[in-house]
Amino acid sequence: MIEVRELTKHYGARIAVDSLDFTVKPGIVTGFLGPNGAGKSTTMRLILGLDRPTRGTATVNGMHYRDLVAPLHEVGALLEARAVHTGRSGFNHLLALAQTHGIPRWRVSEVIELVGLESVARKRVGSFSLGMGQRLGVAAALLGDPATVVLDEPANGLDPEGIRWIRNLLRSLAAEGRTVFLSSHLMSEMEQTADHLIVIGRGRLIADTTVADFVARASSGAPVRVRSPQPEALMTAIGRGGGRSEPIDDGALQVYGLSSEQIGELAAAQQIVLHELTPLQVSLEDAFMSITKDTVEYQQTLGDGRVPVSLVAKSEPTQ
Amino acid sequence: MSTTSATRAPVASGAAGQRVTLPRVIRSEWTKLWTLRSTRWSLLLAFAAQAGLGPLIAAIEMARWSHLSLFERLTINPIDRSLGGWHLAQLAMAILGVMTITGEYHTGMIRSSLMAAPKRLPVLWAKLLVFSAVTLVLMVIAAFIGFLGGQAIFAEHHVNASLSSAHALRAIFGAALFTTATGALCIALGTIVRRTAGGISLFVGVFFVLPGLVAILPSATANAINPYLPSSLGQAVAQALTGPHDFAPWAAFAIFCGYTAAVIAIGAVLLLRRDA
Repeated sequence: MIEVRELTKHYGARIAVDSLDFTVKPGIVTGFLGPNGAGKSTTMRLILGLDRPTRGTATVNGMHYRDLVAPLHEVGALLEARAVHTGRSGFNHLLALAQTHGIPRWRVSEVIELVGLESVARKRVGSFSLGMGQRLGVAAALLGDPATVVLDEPANGLDPEGIRWIRNLLRSLAAEGRTVFLSSHLMSEMEQTADHLIVIGRGRLIADTTVADFVARASSGAPVRVRSPQPEALMTAIGRGGGRSEPIDDGALQVYGLSSEQIGELAAAQQIVLHELTPLQVSLEDAFMSITKDTVEYQQTLGDGRVPVSLVAKSEPTQ
Repeated sequence: MSTTSATRAPVASGAAGQRVTLPRVIRSEWTKLWTLRSTRWSLLLAFAAQAGLGPLIAAIEMARWSHLSLFERLTINPIDRSLGGWHLAQLAMAILGVMTITGEYHTGMIRSSLMAAPKRLPVLWAKLLVFSAVTLVLMVIAAFIGFLGGQAIFAEHHVNASLSSAHALRAIFGAALFTTATGALCIALGTIVRRTAGGISLFVGVFFVLPGLVAILPSATANAINPYLPSSLGQAVAQALTGPHDFAPWAAFAIFCGYTAAVIAIGAVLLLRRDA
């Protein structure tokens, strides 16, 4: 359980985190979402006792991180920035961390096996690929078999197989009753991994909700796709019913302002045949974009700054 | 996938885990010290300098014996010649001391270290203890080797000293202790500046450049300041032959330990206060 109350961090005049309040509960995967510069990494560093908050508190199981007597057993963390001496081997890095808690050597070998680094564990970390570095970071996080896991952008640098691996790992950790808190800017990844979402922009809380709710909230006002052999009659009926329709390339209509139920009833009343009636959902990606569009600190990172609302369930980010 | 977590009761070990203690952090720092190639090379270099440079100089002097003037023959100081390697050993250990901590800041390792020991100060104490213990043991052995090897070579023309000569044992232990304290001071310097280049520059500036600057002051002022410079304090304790204005050997070392303690205190406060 992670509890964040009124958490605020100023770096000089810049406000990185602004009165954040949220709770990360055990047993589920909680995603931490926000554009670049939103304050995700800072929030995690505050939780982990690396930075001191300007105001407010962040506690893990009711304690400040700095007061934990056995922190690696309580919280396992993977930071976005690398936190490994490049001149040491992966094994010795983990061994040095383990020794601070009297964690036995066999546990070091065990986590190396768990993350699949057996073949390179004796090599210098400086020779590791980004993906191997991430796996080493995950091994360090799991070293103390912690009840809470905090991971900043764990999918960074992982190949598709690695991404699937980390997703399954996180889900199984949550299923064991642990608290799993991960940040990502990969919204599609979050959609498949997280149960709950905490969304921030410019250091402020934007949403604290389930993934399904978050998508639904952004989907309100999303159009309905309708296909009919009588498009003219249908467009007229929709117009009278208070909706607006646009023909699209494949002959279907995109209808705004009416729900699929309303469209179905209008068509039935006019005896218009429908071949398709599909409420379009926005993807988490689009939901995120549309909800955070005012809070993106660096607009140019979105290309022209226009918020893309491509109305396909699994769209890639558009330019 | 995870056989361990599958067979485990959910979230069992959290509170039951072993706590962080200073002896455990010391163990961790011991591992860290010996598992870096650069550390092993620096220690080897410092050892070789302290043990080998003196005998090498002695051998050169003995080989040139027939070319030496009577004055030069009479003024050979066998103790200081045989221990002269401490200057280089001190430089190697100072750089290693700085890098012990700045290497962690540079690579980000410091964040792992501080997450494992979030009280922070145990990390600094453990680094100081491990580094000082290793340095002291190596430097005492190396100083004895340098001294005894040097005297064996000087014996060729009977200008050698022995362990029972005046100042001999004091200079041997003085050189080893001063190098050790310098290393500790440099760990603290590294903690304060957090950058390798900055830490080494600061060390070189204070130990090697400052004496040159003081030397261009009016002589009365220079003589008043000079004994307090780290370089003068080092000479006072590590050399048999000391200057007229220098402090007594152990008084000089005590003053230098005071400097070291002060710098460590500043480093400790900053380590606690600053964001990592």
